Order: sequence, then structure tokens, then C-alpha cells
Amino acid sequence: MNDTVQLPRWIDVGVLPVINLLLALAVSGLVVLAIGESPSEVVEILLYGAFGYEEAWGYTLYYTTNFIFTGLAFAVAFHCGLFNIGAEGQAYVGGLGVILAALYLDFLPFPIMMIVAILAATAFGAAWAYIPAYLQARRGSHVVITTIMFNFIASSLMVYLLVNVLRPQGSMNPESKQIAEHLRLPFIHDMAASLGIEIARSPLNLSFVYALICSVLVWLFIWHTRWGYAIRTVGANAVAATYAGIEPGRYIIMAMMISGALSSFMALNEVMGVQHRLLIDFTAGYGFVGIAVALMGRNHPFGIFLSALLFGMLYQGGAELSFEIPTISNDMVVVIQGLVILFTGAMEHMFRPRVTKIYMAWHLRRHGQEAA
Amino acid sequence: MSDTIHQMHGAGETGAVQPAIELRGIDKRFGAVHANKSIDLRVEKGTIHGIVGENGAGKSTLMSILYGFYQADGGTIHVDGKLCVIKGSEDAIALGIGMVHQHFMLVETFTVLENVILGVEGGAVLRAGVDRAREELKRLEREYALDVNPDAIVGELSVGAQQRVEILKALYRGAEILILDEPTGVLTPQEADHLFRILETLKEQGKTVVLITHKLREIMAATDNVSVMRQGEMVAHRKTAETSPEEISELMVGRKVLLHIEKGEAAPAAIVLEVDNLCVDTLQGVRKVKNASFTVRAGEIVGIAGVSGNGQSELLEALGGIRPVTEGQVLFNGQDVTPGHGVDAAELRHRGVAHVPEDRHRMAMVTGFSAKEAAILGYEDDPAYQKGIFLNWHAIADATEHMMSEFDVRPNDPNLKAANFSGGNQQKLVLAREMMRDPELLLVGQPTRGVDIGAIEFIHKRIVAMRDAGKAVLLVSVELDEIMSLADRILVMCNGSIIGEVAAADANERVLGLMMAGVAPNEAKSAEGHHV
Repeated sequence: MNDTVQLPRWIDVGVLPVINLLLALAVSGLVVLAIGESPSEVVEILLYGAFGYEEAWGYTLYYTTNFIFTGLAFAVAFHCGLFNIGAEGQAYVGGLGVILAALYLDFLPFPIMMIVAILAATAFGAAWAYIPAYLQARRGSHVVITTIMFNFIASSLMVYLLVNVLRPQGSMNPESKQIAEHLRLPFIHDMAASLGIEIARSPLNLSFVYALICSVLVWLFIWHTRWGYAIRTVGANAVAATYAGIEPGRYIIMAMMISGALSSFMALNEVMGVQHRLLIDFTAGYGFVGIAVALMGRNHPFGIFLSALLFGMLYQGGAELSFEIPTISNDMVVVIQGLVILFTGAMEHMFRPRVTKIYMAWHLRRHGQEAA
Repeated sequence: MSDTIHQMHGAGETGAVQPAIELRGIDKRFGAVHANKSIDLRVEKGTIHGIVGENGAGKSTLMSILYGFYQADGGTIHVDGKLCVIKGSEDAIALGIGMVHQHFMLVETFTVLENVILGVEGGAVLRAGVDRAREELKRLEREYALDVNPDAIVGELSVGAQQRVEILKALYRGAEILILDEPTGVLTPQEADHLFRILETLKEQGKTVVLITHKLREIMAATDNVSVMRQGEMVAHRKTAETSPEEISELMVGRKVLLHIEKGEAAPAAIVLEVDNLCVDTLQGVRKVKNASFTVRAGEIVGIAGVSGNGQSELLEALGGIRPVTEGQVLFNGQDVTPGHGVDAAELRHRGVAHVPEDRHRMAMVTGFSAKEAAILGYEDDPAYQKGIFLNWHAIADATEHMMSEFDVRPNDPNLKAANFSGGNQQKLVLAREMMRDPELLLVGQPTRGVDIGAIEFIHKRIVAMRDAGKAVLLVSVELDEIMSLADRILVMCNGSIIGEVAAADANERVLGLMMAGVAPNEAKSAEGHHV
């Protein structure tokens, strides 16, 4: 008996997320009302803060870049049935790779440096993901537990390195030296200026383009190569994979390393593009939000792009909000973001049965005669 | 108003005996699937009533409605003449309805007694309830000749005995009507006979039994009345004495079917598969296959019979390269292909071993994949499916369409999700994937499990055609009819060992049944001699 009805794609990836999002905003509205502010004003400031002017767009897309990387990272592991919550640690260690390359190979010209930085981020991030991957694949240690632990290890390790090794002499800040000017990723506003187009200054840089390229590459890899096929098989049914001669452990390691590499690309944006040095805790929770981004985006690169944009908007608009309305502190903004994650990520299936019922009723009325 | 009700009651009590169960116009939909279409059913008190139909005909849904798992969209249920609303299994039990599920609901580490009182312990302190239960169990066992020790650990009992514990559980809860869902699927023929004797005793004691099955033999042997379902509809009610297996199977399918496959003599040639002293252990170290040795030649079908769970599955998985081998050797065309030493499922496929596993959903396909994705499982690195480093989905879709038309998979749509095909069509797709590669050896397990009769015929013909094309076929099946009609030689497995071999021509259900129960072949034959 076929108990589950297949919904058309436009409902699954369109209507349901929008319903969840509206509900999250409605509940956020109640919270805003409770502290005595007007929800409509809040929405207005939020949207204006995120998209209202050129600079806002730049900031929104800058945040979006990070979410695309961490969202893609989570999705690749998820297609292999793995819940990689170690993007924070993997990005952090990836940042180490980027800064080492940029500081110690500073004689390289920029185009080569860009490739070297990508390779360094890949190597460091993937290596950090390899250990939990190996433990999962060969020793059966659950990847959720080990990646959490590796986040803590990465955090302690980086504090040690920043304080004792990377900190320039004479500095009191636990952060690395600045990257040489010619090795920094160009800002979009600078690139536009060189073409004679004037746009407002923002942290948005070349890594956004790389994030879009990565989205396409992930899409090609997962759905159009035999390795992606093998990863999806392992994720959906490991027994069937073994039957087919696809050794699950091998692909678990592969998926986790790709995931680690994608997380670490966040460091390209933060370290090489914006901060131009390695800061303590530069990952700032982007790795965790990436989980919600991926789940809301149905683990598809296009969906991830849209939900990354949404979260970029919430981050940028939220910052504007706490600036404009003093009673809405930064914590309130986090509450709103949390509600969005709750409704679109954790409770994404809440309305599915009801929507399915409505769809079926509508479908039967239209096609009732043929079905019966 | 109250007078009428009183009168109705009066009529019920004084009139003819009320049926134990009467269903009127039961209707149930799951989304677009119309599982039960206005079903009427009348089960007389003190009879054994069979309900037959193909998989997916709606038998289980109907019984689940009666037992309260589902609510009907329409229609009424009368138990003992009284209109009832059954909202859950508690209501059903309170009405005296008991159910023995296909998959047992027992706690394996508990004793029989503990399992029986589970949920009806009768108070916070076990002691009093246990003592009362022990007395009651003794009485029930005596009365129905159930032959179960109340203090035995359930996990250590045979499957047949576990099933009797389930029956005991239902009786202990005061069941007057007992529903059995496919009860013989896991039993040896001898255990099945024992079960039918128990059902007979239950009937003599005035209980009502509803037997759901798709095995015609059991219907003919055990029931008084039979109802036939097809595609969600109740198509016929018959008195068993007045019908025939042919009529019922025709009603089930809606047309005449060949129950026996036409096939010529086998022409066995060179040895393709040689298994020597093979032992397979589980990860926990339990030996599932014990020193199995046999050969399969080109141009013959070797069948492995046995009650499910006697090592056939593990043997097949080991030969398919999925399960590591503990001891022994496997030779394919004279070359060592013992799994574990650099030989895995992918390597075996390269060499020309195709494998249709027993469990379609767990192993043979990823149900969330589309048909074309399912059609390349295991062959995803075939150069024909590649375009550079990418998969060539156009070529794959074409290949899938070719498979689908060759094996009559409906609907012929490579983009449809595998889960949305019926069981028979899923199986045909798996068979097409494995057989159209023209392998030298086909390993096939339960090729027709959960498949409707029309597709069974088709699948059997393809397997025989494979043999006639000079390929070696190893067939594992728990369906004796299937083994006897397809295989040229039959090996019987019991408790992990191959207990003997019978030529298909000399095989009959009794001999095979005794061997499946662990009786050596020569003894089995002489035992049969006694009987005749």
C-alpha cells in the first residue's frame, strides 16, 4: 500500500518552505509585539536594511557567501547519510591553511596565490574532516559526536597557534599578521570601479563568485558523476550500496573530505577577502547555520543559494534592526533567526500532511473521474 | 425509538445465529490508492474462513481495519450482530478479536509466560498475575494442544512454537475470533500441518478463525469458506468444498494462469560455479552456513530450498560478494573468487556474475531513486554510461527504456521514482538490469516474492530462457512450488547445512518438507515410503 503521496516539486520546494517561513515571521511578529514594537515597522526596517540600498546588498551577499559554502558542505555529507556538524572546525582549520599560504608564500603573484589558497584551504579542511570520516567509516564512531569534538579541538588548537605561533611580535592581539595587499581577494566594488562602474563599498568580494562556481560544481558532482551517484546510494541505502559493489566506507571518507573542503572555503571570504588576517573565532557560527541553510534548501545547490540569501538578509537586516530600534537588541535578532531556523529546518515537515491532504482533495476533484 | 432498538435486539437474540463478523460496504483510500472498495464480508461463527488475493489486493488493509489499525472511510462493522466502532486494537481485543501478525510481536528475551501477560499483568506487583496466568495457560494449552512450555525463553523456540505463543497470547486475552495473517510463510510444511490441526481444534471449541493467505493449497486444506479479493474488491465468496484451486486462482487474477511452467530437459555442460566447504559467520560469530559444497553447471538451474532463515540468505550473499566468507573456497570458471580476498560484488559483476538479491527494497534498489538511477545500480561505472567524467543520462535513460520494454515494466517511464512502481514491476526492472548483461552465472533469490501472479509467470519464463541459453542459474526460494517447477536439481538447506540433493524429477513436497525439517534424504524417502 502506498501510504505516502508524492507531492509535485513546486509544492515540495516552493510552497512548503514559504509557508514555514511565513509562520516563522508571524511568530517573530508576536515576539516583537510582546516587547511593544510594531511588527510591520520591524519588517520594513529588516527588508530595507537588507536590500534597500547598494551597500546593504553588498553586506547581504557577503553573508550569503559564507552560508553558501557551509550549506553546500553540509549538503554533500548529507547526501552520503552523514550529519556533518563540524563545519565550524573545518572552516577554522581551513583558515589556517589560507593564512599560512598567504603569509609564507607571499612572493607568489595573485592569480597563482588564489589557486594556492584554494588548494591550501581544501587540504586543511579536508584533512580535518578526514579523521572523523575515517573513524566513522572504519571504526563506526558516530560522525556527529566526533565532528562536535573536533570543533572543540580546532578551537583550542587555533587559540594556541594564534597566541603562541602566529601572533606577530609586539602585538597584544591573538591574531595573525596582515596579508600582503596584492594577495587579498579584490572587493566587488573595486572590481566594478576598475570597469568604470561606481558601487557602494562593502565587504563583498571575489569569493562570492567562487561560491556560485562551487554551487554548480557540487550540482554536477552529486547528480552527474558516478562518484556522486555512489555517494547518494550509500546515503540512501548502504546495504544496496554494498550489494552494488560500492564500498560505503570509501565514499563516506570522500563525502566528508569534500564537505570539509567546502566549509574551509568560507575562510577565503573571511580571511583572504575581508579581514585580511586570521582572527580568533572568525567562523562565528556560520558553520552551524549552514545546517539550517542546507536543510531549508533541500540539500540542493539552488535551494541552498536561496536559503543562504534569506539568512544573509536576516543577518544584514537584523544588524540594521538592532541599530535602528534600540529595544530590539542583537539578542532579539538572534531570536528571530532562531525562529526561522526552527520553523524551516527542525519543523519543516509540520505542514506536509495538511498540505498533502489539500493537494489530494484538489487533485481528486480535477482528476477524480479517471482515478476512480 | 427505544422500542425499535429493543425489538432489533430481540430479533438478534432469538433469530438465526448471528455471524461472528459482518462487514458492510467497507471503503478505504490511501491518497489516490483505493485499497478497499465497498467490501462486504460475512464470517460465520465457529468456522475457518479464508481470505485470498494477490499481494496488494487489500486483504491486509481490510483486516487492519477490523483490528483497529486503520479507520474505514465508510461502511459498518458488526461483531456478533452488534454494530461496533473499532478505534484501536484495545477495542478489538475487548470485542474478542485477536490477531496473529505475519511478523511476530514478541520479546525474544522474555519467557513464554512473560510474553503472554505483557500488557495484561493485572497490577503493579507481578507475582499474583503470574500465578493466575500460569494456571490459565496450562488450561489453554491442554484444551488446544498448543504444546508450549510456559517457562521457555521465546528467542530459543522454533518459529512454529513462537507462532503458537502468539496464538496463546490472543486466547489469553479472551479472543473468540482469531485473525491469522499469512501464518505459514515462515513454517515448514510439517509445522504448517501442526498449525492447521490447532486451528481445527479452535474451531471445535467454537472459536472463529480468519485465515489470510495467498497459498491456494492451504485454503483448500484448512478452510470452510473462502472469500477472494482482487484489486481492492471482494470478487467472490465460496464454500471451500464447492470450489477448486483453479477456480480460485482464476478469480484472484481475473484470468486463467499457468501454474506450471513449460520447460524442456536441461542440458548441463561445464561447471561454472564450484563451492567447496564454504562456511559463513555473522559479525557476531554465529555460523550461518556450515561446510556447504556444491556445483552449478552451465545450462542448469540449481534450486536451494529451505525454510527461511536456515542459511540460504547468507549463502547467496556470500556468493554475491557481499558477505565475507569464513572458510572454504568459491571457484567461478575455475578461478578463485572467494569473497574477501580482493573480490567484492563489483569484481564479481565484472567477471559475469549477476545477482538478484532476496530483498528487493533493502538491497536490490534504492527506492528513492528514479527508475533510470535504479537501472544502473552496480553498473554505474560501465563505460557506456559515461561521458568524460560525467554520467551520460541520455544513454542511461535509453538503456533503461530498453530494459523496460524488454521486461515489460509498466509504466515505461525511466524518470518515475522506483518506489512508485508495483512490486512486480520493480522486480522485473531488477531482473532486467541483471539478466540483460548476459551474465554467465545468475544468482537469484526469491525472484517472485511480493509479485503478482501474472508477473510470476513472466519471471519464471525468463529464468528458464536463461538456462536454455546455456547459463548457470542458482535459485534460492522458500516457495516449494517455485523450486519444484523451475529447478533441475534441488539442494535442501537446514540449519546452515546442505542436507541433501534431490533431482527435480524425484522431488515432491513431502520429501522436501522432511528434508527442510532436518531429516536426511534417505530417511526422508523411507519415511515417505511408510506413509504410502
